[in-house]
Amino acid sequence: MAKSPAGDESPEQQWREAFDATPERDVSFTTLSGTPVEPLYTEADLPENADEQIGLPGQYPFTRGVYPSMYRGRLWTMRQFAGFGSAEETNERFHYLLDHGQTGLSTAFDMPSLMGHDSDSPLSLGEVGREGVAVDTVEDMTTLYKGIDLGEVSVSMTINAPAAIMLAYYVVAAEREGVPPQQLAGTIQADILKEYIAQKEWCFPIDPAMRLMGDMIEWCSQQMPRWHPVSISGYHIREAGSTAAQELAFTLKDGLTYVEQAVERGLDVDDFAPRLSFFFNAQIDFFEEIAKYRAARRIWARELKETFGAKNPKSWLMRFHTQTAGVSLTAQQPLNNVVRTAIEALAGVLGGTQSLHTNSYDEALALPTEDAVRLALRTQQIIADETGAASTIDPLGGSYFVEALTDKIEAEAYEYFKKIDELGGMVAAVKANYPQREIADASYELQQEIDSGRRVVVGVNAYTEGDEQQTALHRSDPAMERGQVDRLNAVRAGRDSAAVEASLVNLREAAAQQRANLMPLLIDCTRTDASEGEIVQALQDVFGKYTESPVF
Amino acid sequence: MTAASSTQKIRVVVAKPGLDGHDRGAKIIARALRDAGMEVIYTGLHQTPEQIVETVVQEDADAVGLSILSGAHMTLVPKIVELLRAQGIDDVVVTVGGTIPADDIPQLKELGVAAVFTPGAPTQEIIDFLVSAVGEREPR
Repeated sequence: MAKSPAGDESPEQQWREAFDATPERDVSFTTLSGTPVEPLYTEADLPENADEQIGLPGQYPFTRGVYPSMYRGRLWTMRQFAGFGSAEETNERFHYLLDHGQTGLSTAFDMPSLMGHDSDSPLSLGEVGREGVAVDTVEDMTTLYKGIDLGEVSVSMTINAPAAIMLAYYVVAAEREGVPPQQLAGTIQADILKEYIAQKEWCFPIDPAMRLMGDMIEWCSQQMPRWHPVSISGYHIREAGSTAAQELAFTLKDGLTYVEQAVERGLDVDDFAPRLSFFFNAQIDFFEEIAKYRAARRIWARELKETFGAKNPKSWLMRFHTQTAGVSLTAQQPLNNVVRTAIEALAGVLGGTQSLHTNSYDEALALPTEDAVRLALRTQQIIADETGAASTIDPLGGSYFVEALTDKIEAEAYEYFKKIDELGGMVAAVKANYPQREIADASYELQQEIDSGRRVVVGVNAYTEGDEQQTALHRSDPAMERGQVDRLNAVRAGRDSAAVEASLVNLREAAAQQRANLMPLLIDCTRTDASEGEIVQALQDVFGKYTESPVF
Repeated sequence: MTAASSTQKIRVVVAKPGLDGHDRGAKIIARALRDAGMEVIYTGLHQTPEQIVETVVQEDADAVGLSILSGAHMTLVPKIVELLRAQGIDDVVVTVGGTIPADDIPQLKELGVAAVFTPGAPTQEIIDFLVSAVGEREPR
């Protein structure tokens, strides 16, 4: 039956017929997270109340950005995560990055510091100063930021289980330089729930860990008005293999749980919510990532305003840091990682990030070399200054595809919220291994797709080359560990042991009382030069330790 | 076809030595080996070399897969191999997976590590390797 092109068919129907006449490529058209993607999106895919849902930048529900001017006013902060070896070496890299145009500092700690062990603990063997900087006492913290004006430069610290201890070190180190806590700007990650979900660096069981975090948030809300006491992080959840929707849902639910806890402590939501910030991954599925950030802003604004009754519009704003996906980098043909990182970084920018870390191309092989780190920073500068991506706000706003994906991912997040609530909330869900299992399932499915060749990873399961060319790698100095242990011993030898012991006794006593805020006691311990391992041990005497029952 | 079709099930310990918390790979491998019909014992995180060797002994394992992404492999792997030898164990197939620079691989193999799998290694390659390496050993 022939129909004339000008007949009663709509242009959409005509397109559909013409489209169907061409066979599709034999691949699965799904996002990285497995969401089916239509061949075309049209106005029909926009939400019914599109004006309200999409809105304008700086206006509720902030889908298009948290600020009215976004990058027209000020670019995102280019914040490369750095830290390795001794505090002195890391301090040198910080000065190098600041000299090359970086505008904020981001500190990576070594594994022993992240887990609350001193450098001379048998558990620290081989790990001291390897994945980040080794910090044992306030002396190391002082060296780490030497010559940097802490009243001016914002500092981010990626540490969680012992975050309250490291914050105490930072406050005392700054105090010795004459900078009071009120002037310190920056962020400490301190997102403990995602440790049990994904990153797996813990010191204490979940309940006392939540209390310690609550103590820190409360103390910061009174003493550190420029400080972000928690960076609610989806990054590690995604790196552990979650989907985009899982990253979004679990992260926001973690955040809502912290809000709930703080409100239960009697804090006014508007006293601390403006200081909460987020940290997301930028994976390689460009549009899905952009949609994720847009959906995240909308959900957070709605929950804070509607559920928690926040009155201050600043409480509604979901500000976030982005890091490109380490898990997307390949050891094969490592230069390909430059391209992956650039695309992921652009997604973060088009998603309206407030700060950005771009990974170095050699990170699937080892810690990055200085050249690779500089190239990663230059990638951001090219996006900022050459591409035009920063010239207009939310350039993809109104895109049929991006808006439809934003709605879809938002709906999926609410489905997860419902399931978590049915389990009794996030703390109960984490104890029941629920998010852990969801992530393990998703990561296994993705790996199977890659192994079967249904999903292509260039250089890994397609376009492979034989022998890989060698890349110059960063090497840790084995003498470093010895040097760090010597420094720790020197501090121990030079301090007043009775004062250390007394401060630890006070800490134990306060820890045993549910109502005491532990922050001032941690600061007292810091002033006596108590080491991180000693403080963690004192708290473990009261709180106990945590052992995971892993699911796979 | 599974590894268990003709003979006894292969018993594999998948272990996370040291403080490194990156367990995506270890869990994927553990599940893939289990799906391939092997008996998998996953130690969980933050294991000391002593704990891992004890698990290998107690579970009477045929193979142990060590997953390390922290860069501490040149400290931890020699320690584990040494402890295994001290227990008189020399027929357990030891493999290492993770971010291992190519330069370190010959040294690890010299220590007695049977294979090193770096990021991007397909799970099937690891399954096939274990089936053949465990099969080639002298009967215990």
